[in-house]
Amino acid sequence: MRRLPFSSALLALLAVGAAHAQYDYRLAPQALGDGAYVFVGALEHFTRANGGNIVNTGYIDTPAGAVVIDSGPSRLYGEQQRALIERRSGRPVARVYITHAHPDHFFGDQAYAGVPVYALPATREAIAANGDALADNLYRLVGDAMRGTHAVAPGLPAGAGRIEVGGRALQLIALAGHTDADLAVFDERSATLYAGDLVFHRRTPTTPNADLARWLAALDRLETIPYKTLVPGHGPVLNGPAAIRETRDYLRWLDAMLREAAARGVDLPELAELPVPERFGDFAVLRAELSRSAAHLYPALETQALRRLAPDGRE
Amino acid sequence: MLRLAWLFVAAWVVPALAAPPDDPLRSPAWPYMAERYFAGQTVRFDAAVRVLMPGAAEDPLAVPVYVDAGALADVREILVFADLNPITTILRYEPGELARPSIGFRFKVQQATPLRAAARTGDGVWHLGGAWLNAGGGGCTTPSQASGSGLWKDRFGEIDARLWPRADGLRRLRLQLIHPMDTGLAGGIPAFYLETLALQDSDGRTLARLQTFEPVAENPLLSFDLRGRGAVSIRGRDTQANRFAGTVAP
Ligand SMILES: [Zn+2]
Repeated sequence: MRRLPFSSALLALLAVGAAHAQYDYRLAPQALGDGAYVFVGALEHFTRANGGNIVNTGYIDTPAGAVVIDSGPSRLYGEQQRALIERRSGRPVARVYITHAHPDHFFGDQAYAGVPVYALPATREAIAANGDALADNLYRLVGDAMRGTHAVAPGLPAGAGRIEVGGRALQLIALAGHTDADLAVFDERSATLYAGDLVFHRRTPTTPNADLARWLAALDRLETIPYKTLVPGHGPVLNGPAAIRETRDYLRWLDAMLREAAARGVDLPELAELPVPERFGDFAVLRAELSRSAAHLYPALETQALRRLAPDGRE
Repeated sequence: MLRLAWLFVAAWVVPALAAPPDDPLRSPAWPYMAERYFAGQTVRFDAAVRVLMPGAAEDPLAVPVYVDAGALADVREILVFADLNPITTILRYEPGELARPSIGFRFKVQQATPLRAAARTGDGVWHLGGAWLNAGGGGCTTPSQASGSGLWKDRFGEIDARLWPRADGLRRLRLQLIHPMDTGLAGGIPAFYLETLALQDSDGRTLARLQTFEPVAENPLLSFDLRGRGAVSIRGRDTQANRFAGTVAP
C-alpha cells in the first residue's frame, strides 16, 4: 500500500477523536416555486468530504404530506432529509419515490420506516439483488457518513400514470436507458420535472448500467412533457430544454465515438488519447467518467468488430 | 578500437548499477521485484515505455492495458508484471523485427498495485515504465460486478480476430481466444491457461511470440501491431497441451 499523505493521516486521527459526531450534510432545500423543492448535491465523485452527496433529491409539498423524490446516498442523509422536510412542512412525509437503483439515490430509504416507498419493479429487484454490494463499495469510498447504512428495497411497486396526493396531481413516467428502469416525476402545478439520472447538466453522464439507444428514446419522451423547471439527477436546476439536449448530444457523441473506434481496431486504453469535443470540456469529472463509460460500453462493441476464424490445421 | 574501449568501460560500470534504482512508483514490493526479475542486470526507469491504463479498475477481472515501447529502438522483449498481484507475472512478449514493441491485453487484479512494463533492448538494458492501478470505483455507482462470462463453456478454443491497416503502415491485429484462464487460486479449480502464442505472416516468417500467465483475463483479448505480408496465422498452446490455430486474412 502507498503511504498515506500526511493530511489523510491527520484526518484519520481526527475521525477517531470525533467518532461520536455524526456527519452533517448541511441540507438546504432550494425552493422551485408552488411547493416544489430540490436539494442540490456536489458535482464530484463520491468522497469522504462530501459524504456521498453528489446527487439531487427533492420533494413536493401537499396537504397530505410531502412526496419525496430519492432518499440520497446514506441512512444519515435520509434521516436529515426527512427531519428537515417534516419540520418545514409540519406533517409526516406522505410517500417516497426512488428514481432508479443507483446507490446515491436510494440508500436513505432506511430513514423512511413507516412511510410508503415506491419504485419501478426492476428498480426494486435490482436493489434487492445488488444493494449490499453497492453499500460495501460506497462505504469504501465515503467512509464514516455511510455508517449504519444497509440496502432497503422500496416496499411498493410504482405504476406509470397520473396520481393524486393531497389533491396534487403528479405524473409518474416509467422509462429506461440510464438503468433498466428509470422513473421521472412531473409535478403539474409547479410544472417541475424531476428527471432522475436520465438528465445530467454540466456533469458528465454515468453509464454503468446504460443502454444508450433506450436512453436516447427516453430523452425524446421527456422533451414532450410541458415542464418549466427541470431537476436533473446531477447538476444545477434549470428552466428549458438545454439539459436534455446536452445529455442527448453527449450520449450520441459517446456512442458514435466508441463505434467508430471499435471499427478501426482501437484498443480500450487507447480511447483515453482520443480528442473530446470542446463543448463537453466544462463537464465536471469528464475524463474520469469517459474512462468508466469506455469500460462499460466498449467491450461489447470491440468484440462485435472481430470475425470468427475457421479453425485451420489443428495439430 | 573505440567500440572495444566502450565495452571495457561498460564492464566496470555494470556492477555499480546492480543495486536497483529508486522506484518512482514507491512500491513496497519493488526491491523484491527487482531481485526476482532483474538480478544482476541493468534496469532504468524510462518514460519511453508507456503504459496506458485507467487509474482505477472498473472491472477487476479485465483491466485493460496497452503497453507501447515504440519510442525505443531494438526492443527484444517486453515483460509485464504487477508487484502486488498474488501471481505477479502477466506476460512476456517478443515482438521480433516484424512487429512494433507494443501490445494490448486485459488482466485480473486482486488489489491496488503498480503495473510495470519492462522493455529489454539489444544492449541488455531493461527500460521500465509503469503506473499505479487503484481498486476503488468512481462516481454514481459501483464498479461492475465481478463475474466470469462462462462463454468458454460453449466456445472453448475458438478464435475471433481481425486485421486493420494502420495510418503508420503497420497492421493492427486484434484477437480473442475463448479460454477460461483459471489461475489455480480459486478453490478447487486447477490452473489452466494459455501459455504460448505465435504469429506468422503468409511467407512463414515469425512476426511475434507471446508467453501468457495466470493473471491474463478470461477469453484473452490481445492487440498487436505488425509488419509482414498477407494473412497472419495464429498458433497457441495451453497448460493442458490443447492447441489453437487460425488464420486472419487482411
Ligand atoms: Zn444513476
